[in-house]
Amino acid sequence: MDGRLTAEPEGPTAVSAQPEAAASPAVLAALIARLRAIVGDRWCYEHEHQLRTYESDGLLQYTSTPRAAVLPGSAEEVRDCVRACAEAGVPWVARGAGSGLSGGALPVEDGILIVASRLKRILHIDRGNQRVCVEPGVTNIAVSAAVGPDLFYPPDPSSQIVCSIGGNVAENSGGAHCFKYGFTTNYVCGLEVVLPDGEMITLGGEELDAPGYDLLGTFVGSEGTLGIATKVWLRVMPSPETVRTLVAFFDSTREAGEAVSRIVQSGIVPGAIEMMDARAIEASEKMAHAGYPVGRAAALLVELDGAERECAARFDEVVGVCEACGSDDVRVARDEAERALFWKTRKAAFPAMGRMSPNYFVQDGVIPRTKLPEVLEKIDALAEEYGMLVANVFHAGDGNLHPLVCFDGRNEGEAERAEELSGRIIDACLEAGGSITGEHGVGLDKKKHMPKMFGEDDLGAFQKLRCAWDPAGLANPGKVMPTPRLCGEVPGVYRQHPLEAAGLAERF
Amino acid sequence: MAAGVAVRPGTPEEAAELLRSLGEEGRPVRPRGGGTKPWGPPGDGVDLETGGLARILEHNVGDFTAVLEAGVPMAEAQAAFAGEQQMLAVDPALGADGNGAGATIGGVMAANDSGPLRHRYGGMRDLVVGMTVALSDGTLARSGGKVIKNVAGYDLAKLLTGSYGTLGLIVRVAVRLHPLPDGTATVAGATDDPDRLGAAAAALAGQPLEADCLDVDWRDGAGRLLLRFGGAAAGHQAGVAAERAGAAGLEGVETIEDDDELWMRQRVHQRVQSPQDTCVVKVAGRITDLPAVVRATTEAGGTLVGRAGLGVSWLTVPADSVGTLRDALAPRACTILDAPEALRADAWPSPEPGALRLMARVKERFDPARIFRPGTFVGGI
Repeated sequence: MDGRLTAEPEGPTAVSAQPEAAASPAVLAALIARLRAIVGDRWCYEHEHQLRTYESDGLLQYTSTPRAAVLPGSAEEVRDCVRACAEAGVPWVARGAGSGLSGGALPVEDGILIVASRLKRILHIDRGNQRVCVEPGVTNIAVSAAVGPDLFYPPDPSSQIVCSIGGNVAENSGGAHCFKYGFTTNYVCGLEVVLPDGEMITLGGEELDAPGYDLLGTFVGSEGTLGIATKVWLRVMPSPETVRTLVAFFDSTREAGEAVSRIVQSGIVPGAIEMMDARAIEASEKMAHAGYPVGRAAALLVELDGAERECAARFDEVVGVCEACGSDDVRVARDEAERALFWKTRKAAFPAMGRMSPNYFVQDGVIPRTKLPEVLEKIDALAEEYGMLVANVFHAGDGNLHPLVCFDGRNEGEAERAEELSGRIIDACLEAGGSITGEHGVGLDKKKHMPKMFGEDDLGAFQKLRCAWDPAGLANPGKVMPTPRLCGEVPGVYRQHPLEAAGLAERF
Repeated sequence: MAAGVAVRPGTPEEAAELLRSLGEEGRPVRPRGGGTKPWGPPGDGVDLETGGLARILEHNVGDFTAVLEAGVPMAEAQAAFAGEQQMLAVDPALGADGNGAGATIGGVMAANDSGPLRHRYGGMRDLVVGMTVALSDGTLARSGGKVIKNVAGYDLAKLLTGSYGTLGLIVRVAVRLHPLPDGTATVAGATDDPDRLGAAAAALAGQPLEADCLDVDWRDGAGRLLLRFGGAAAGHQAGVAAERAGAAGLEGVETIEDDDELWMRQRVHQRVQSPQDTCVVKVAGRITDLPAVVRATTEAGGTLVGRAGLGVSWLTVPADSVGTLRDALAPRACTILDAPEALRADAWPSPEPGALRLMARVKERFDPARIFRPGTFVGGI
């Protein structure tokens, strides 16, 4: 559980090479004919202009073109497509909305892309049991819309208007409110999954605690490397009685960080605590026009939700803490419109940086919350060393940092230096005892950092899991694991167990 | 080493080395923490005790996290956390009699045991943020980390949670902690009508009351719903809940300030000490199943405690009624926990066939030597 450092970062990330040997043109042609028969000609794309839509996910610096993209219209069609790929020995990648930020849905050259965008039905709503069953292409926001206003689906990644539940399951998506409510994995109670060999299985369902191993828990967050979900059962929750939101401004990120620590330390569990530094405030203000004081060093957005009275009492405490930590400008949202403005400003941070800088890299490092001040100072020092602009936006409650490293890709070598700086920021997070990714996933983008966080034996155990699900290595190959490996046979010798000998149990 | 022998490694590395040699010999092992949960088929093999792995390695107060070796008794860990007004929000009975200090963090995780706080905080799977496991090939593998948000690598801690010692030996666990509430209050409401009880449970579970616990208790033909609140406004929240409980059709609604003993009973009633003619059956159902589960309990002449907002119940019933009970509640999963040894051979409900085949493949990959409690898990895994 120590963030060990065992490897140096490897070169630049602009790669599209795939490790797998390509299938022969004849095999691919036969496979595509079969896929066309399954989904219909209309939903199988082979031409470059059709495939361009799918050449990247949310990380545009990676591009790759699949041999074909298929858009199945049912779970059975997904199963048949996966089975066809398995029988042809051709790798495939599942894609939801394509809004991921780790290159996780980047297609495999000469592989098949299976796109879930037609699987958009909400299949069943069981309000009494607080469950919804949806197809993977349903957007995150559509779930809350379907069960609201009395119930809601808590995980709320900032891309929630477009991102799909299938993608959320693959990435174990978080969001601004996960400090209180948890992540996708805490809300998925059942899955229908097509395994990479084309078998369709059900894990869990409406009920909790399905018998046997928690395969459900291992699938959520597996980034499309263990199979593809075709149905998802989600827990939904009663919507909170009330929500109260404030923004406080500070003269240093250290003071704001101190306020975060004191709030959490006092036993308050805010729905969200978000922080922006001076550069992020400036950029966001230019876009959102919320009247934020440009020039202040840090803005802290705190939101409490829950029972009316508890919320009110705790909210006063939060105001007190912010003032005690040095904030002379605490703005409380007076109505829903003002609350929406606070959030709009926070969520504008990424696109706003896009206006200020031709290019930027977003990192997704996590640190123990108490290390916030020292890691921020380190990031400042690194930015100065590299002579580059780094803006910080983060989910302060759970220590999830999103430093935006700004650069101009037109200048020779700048992208590489920005990439190197990003890597050193990740190193700083690991040195503080953190993680390389809090919510964006490893995908293609961060797999080079995996050996810094995990040793050989740790990666070996990951590989054991992967091989149990996908021994042929056809599901989203080249992602998550730092170096491609083959599965091989299970070692060890067969021994008959006494229960078997007694006829009480069967071996599998 | 003969069967019946116990081994007690003093470090994770020693445990891994021991497992390597046991794996090479093909000697079955049974991981053992406090030994308070003799669940599942007994099986044979060397007892692999975690009593030598009992250090609290880190309590990061400001970060609300801790790193513990697997053999740390839950009671000891909770006492350490409470010293800083924090808790690990997992509260199963720590022994069959409720006050045995025995249950360890590793054991609770391996058995996926839980208590009333699961209503608000989730189970062990939701609170473990990192884990180190020793496998039968002698490797020590770490997953997750010690921060509360992290998606790097596969979540092996979930795989090991509820694996009953059949995949590997959990040696180290990192957990997320929560503030210990500075005050609590409980609302209780009663009815002897299973349908009314079920309707009230569903109505209360569907409201944003922010209760820490929402439990049901059924014995001697009478039922109660219990809502516990913690924190600064617990008393006020209880007042609101009491009104709602009345509106939901419950009778004799009362607010109890001094509620520790009441909740200890809810935990203890999930267990039976040295079962002879009785057994505990865990039913994983839905919120709206409650009336049917209560009726099946009554039919069997048993008692019930459960998490009304989660649909999970623990029934204490005569040992000879389990078959009828399972038939009555099918297709809900009924797991036999505390029970006479003969009954434990049939502890597990059957997973879906495709899922079971995949579980067998997972077992093969993680324990190719097949030494971790072979043949004792679902489907004879």
